[in-house]
Amino acid sequence: MSAIPISWYLVLSAVLFGLGVIAFVFKRNVVTIFMSIELMLNAVNLAFVAFARAYNQLDGLVFVFFVIVVAAAESAVGLAIVIMLAQNRQSMNVERVNLLKL
Amino acid sequence: MIPIFMFIVCAALAVAGAVALIWAREPIHSALALVLVMIALAVLYLLLGAPFISAVQIIVYAGAVMVLFVFVIMLLNAGVEERTNFSKLAIPGALLGLGLLVEIAYWLARSAVGKALANGANAPSTEVSTRDLSEMLFRQYLFPFEATSILILIAVLGAFVLARKDS
Repeated sequence: MSAIPISWYLVLSAVLFGLGVIAFVFKRNVVTIFMSIELMLNAVNLAFVAFARAYNQLDGLVFVFFVIVVAAAESAVGLAIVIMLAQNRQSMNVERVNLLKL
Repeated sequence: MIPIFMFIVCAALAVAGAVALIWAREPIHSALALVLVMIALAVLYLLLGAPFISAVQIIVYAGAVMVLFVFVIMLLNAGVEERTNFSKLAIPGALLGLGLLVEIAYWLARSAVGKALANGANAPSTEVSTRDLSEMLFRQYLFPFEATSILILIAVLGAFVLARKDS
């Protein structure tokens, strides 16, 4: 089906993960920082699927399934926290959040 | 020939989407860029012969999770990212991110795993059937599967408690 070396997928995964780290550090909006976490999770998922193909084992795909489920749960709780934060602080800038309590 | 072409197009789209996520000033533009990355990755999963994961990626990630993100952005009326005084940690942070990228690439190029993968193992030509995957999920990984259902229940309850107005 494909003559694409698995290492191409791994390099793409590494590049996406690095871009996710850069976005995580650079962005100041809470929601965008969350999105960069999702980007990193996606990069890891790509590496999981690529390795699952390389070693012809299904465990990697099952792990991707679990990662997606946990990411969905994490974004539900995280976005609830973001809503609460934005209502209390009137701002979504992380630099305005310097105390845990109000 | 066609798979390589598809890979290059989707990889370019994914990287472009990730760069656009960093570049965009409006959170909603970042969200749409992330949807682009996820759809490109779903096509790559199809190329890797994992149609079930590809469908889950589209439905759960590009569908449910990103709709949640867009909903929150709309709800909070998030406009252009506010410029505050530049954090002193941003420059070392970016250097660390770049360093991490270079390190991963270096490791991939040098290590035995990377070499073996680059030389030998191309993706096997068989497609993973959803039946095999589900049998593994419901036999070998039954307990983690049940644990994730409890995790999701707790997450939903937590989201309710946190987002409640009166408290």
